[in-house]
Amino acid sequence: MEIFEYAPAPESRSIVSIRPSYDLFIDGEFVEAKSDERIVTVNPADEEPLAEVAAAGEADVERAFAAARRAFERVWSPLPGAERGKYLFRIARIIQERARELAVLESLDNGKPIKETRDVDLPLVAAHFFYHAGWADKLAHAGLGPARPLGVAAQVIPWNFPLMMLAWKVAPALATGNTVVLKPAETTPLTALAFAEICQEADLPPGVVNIVTGAGDTGRAVVAHPDADKVAFTGSTEVGKQIARAVAGTGQRLTLELGGKGANIVYEDAAIDQAVEGIVSGIFFNQGHVCCAGSRLLVQESIAEELLARLRARIERLRLGDPLDKNTDIGAINSAAQLARIRELAAAGEAEGATGWSPPCPLPERGYWFPPTVFTGVTQAHRIAREEIFGPVLSVLTFRTPEEAVAKANNTPYGLSAGVWTEKGSLMLWTASRLRAGVVWSNTFNVFDPASPFGGYKESGYGREGGLLGLEAYLNG
Amino acid sequence: MADIPPRIPPRIPPRIPVRRTYKLYVGGAFPRSESGRSYPVTSSAGVHLANAALASRKDVRDAVVAAREAFPGWSGRTAYNRGQILYRIAEMMEGRRAQFADEVAAAEGVSAGRAQAIVSAAVDRWVHYAGWADKFGQVLGGANPVSGPYFNLSQPEPTGVVGVFAPPGSPLLGLVSVLAPVITCGNTAVLVASERAPLPAVTLAEALATSDLPAGVANILTGRLAELAPPLAGHADVNALDLTGAGALAAELEALAATTLKRVLRPGQDDWADPDPGLSRIRPFVETKTVWHPIGR
Repeated sequence: MEIFEYAPAPESRSIVSIRPSYDLFIDGEFVEAKSDERIVTVNPADEEPLAEVAAAGEADVERAFAAARRAFERVWSPLPGAERGKYLFRIARIIQERARELAVLESLDNGKPIKETRDVDLPLVAAHFFYHAGWADKLAHAGLGPARPLGVAAQVIPWNFPLMMLAWKVAPALATGNTVVLKPAETTPLTALAFAEICQEADLPPGVVNIVTGAGDTGRAVVAHPDADKVAFTGSTEVGKQIARAVAGTGQRLTLELGGKGANIVYEDAAIDQAVEGIVSGIFFNQGHVCCAGSRLLVQESIAEELLARLRARIERLRLGDPLDKNTDIGAINSAAQLARIRELAAAGEAEGATGWSPPCPLPERGYWFPPTVFTGVTQAHRIAREEIFGPVLSVLTFRTPEEAVAKANNTPYGLSAGVWTEKGSLMLWTASRLRAGVVWSNTFNVFDPASPFGGYKESGYGREGGLLGLEAYLNG
Repeated sequence: MADIPPRIPPRIPPRIPVRRTYKLYVGGAFPRSESGRSYPVTSSAGVHLANAALASRKDVRDAVVAAREAFPGWSGRTAYNRGQILYRIAEMMEGRRAQFADEVAAAEGVSAGRAQAIVSAAVDRWVHYAGWADKFGQVLGGANPVSGPYFNLSQPEPTGVVGVFAPPGSPLLGLVSVLAPVITCGNTAVLVASERAPLPAVTLAEALATSDLPAGVANILTGRLAELAPPLAGHADVNALDLTGAGALAAELEALAATTLKRVLRPGQDDWADPDPGLSRIRPFVETKTVWHPIGR
């Protein structure tokens, strides 16, 4: 059947004005860094520089913590919860008002499709502030009263959902009366800096939110700061373990949201077309730069052939390219370093004997790109079945019985997410109750809500973000 | 050379202010009472303020129909969306502060400063409940550890159409305090405003009408409590009553409610100044639904 080609439908970037250079946001103002080091953030879709930001040094981090401590003691923690909440409501409203601008900025800096930033990231960011705003005066009703905030939270977030991860960190911390020093990822600092402007626009008291940009050294200085009462980190399991070691003995509270190798289990009675959609969104959503991605497809042997045929047909229809095009499904890989990691693991898949397949998919000449890829013939010993690839690469394994599915799904040091596809509710619940994973999606995948706790078992980290449980992470009982 | 007549400054007649008509709020529209009646409303000092619509039993029935029609849509919205709309009501009230404050001062005979504080508390009450919309379910519901291979989950659901008698002595803050929790959890409401001081209720209706609140979710009647209360309390399509402002009629209305076993919130010791009413006024207006499902392969 002949299909019509799509005309280009680019979202205009004129809604965004990016300054050539950004300072740090400390104590309510943009201040010049004491460190001379600068970082250039590029558009991963064309490798063009977008802006230069400061790389905060230890003296800068020190200044941010001092501001956060002052704000905590003098302004924020004494403020009644209802009034704290009203600041968060304001922030939520400004995010809603500036949603399109922030979506375009996020797509430029991160490389993810505008369809996702516009329809997923930004609505969830606003919702996260809205939800937590409402908790600020109700903590006692959540069984958390009389609730006492911890103090200053050191927060380090990743590049895959820059503004959403900021929201997941900042909203609960502020709602519960803490102040924050936040470091956005080295490759995606721009929406965090736009958020700093939003804090100003909302007249948030100075020092409640401090944003220090930088790379690994800045991150280490933030999480190792002795005045941090709480450390919250989202990122790789390797760095999470380093932080857990560093925090040991300090008495600082710690939550970690780390890597994953999520199993997406498809039983033979599943609604196949829906399952195919779920598998696609499970691994290709956000180019697979998702800690809870369904990166291991476990399909019941009796339907494997049919399912894979339909999956390939569906993947052939995915559109890879300009992140700002409204019809783009798969955008750019966030950085050259990440692209190298994906290539290295994909090569290991081939080398270890698995069979890779990608649709015919021309890649743009400039920028960082990787085609959607499916590996079959994967065994549990293969690196692509064990290691987090954090890219658009799906590893397919098969099973015969539910017990085997569960055993394979749990055969990983990670435990963040899993999916179960079946029309039989009792089997879904049986499977879900045996999966060692913090989030189990049934007949859907990669859905998020501020009311729903998110976080992992095992080496995917500890603590939960979102929901009633997410508040606990920022309170003394 | 002709004489120049002395210039006489033109007389500017004083501008006559446009007065507002205070009407009912039913199904998102502002009708007069079908009975064609009104009644004079005076300030706490006895000064005539306006004529308010004197609703009839037929207006009560029309309001219940509107509330019932609105129920599937409103209860079917996501809790988050309901919260957004309640917050929008706070925004709309904040924008009409001066009008509310004047009416509160006239109705309650309080100082301008006190009236401002009452308006602030009423605005903040909407913000408080906006936050509850997507949270009361997490506090009131949850999984039950039954001893068997079953998934078992209890969740609150709105009860339906709620008849609300607003407290007569607190025509704005009391009114908001009884209306907001009822609609927060997905119910629709037919509210009888303070008989003596109905004007803030009509002004609130005008704020509600511009807040994205779907038509019929809140219906506000002004008139005689003794005339409106029995048909509302006895109406078979009303699921629950808030008798807070029912005064001496409370027992009689509770007996009428028994005909269809309406849920009843009796008049209590309410402190409208308490900034944290919590779930005390949500709990009475939700049903708990428990779902069982087997677990097994």
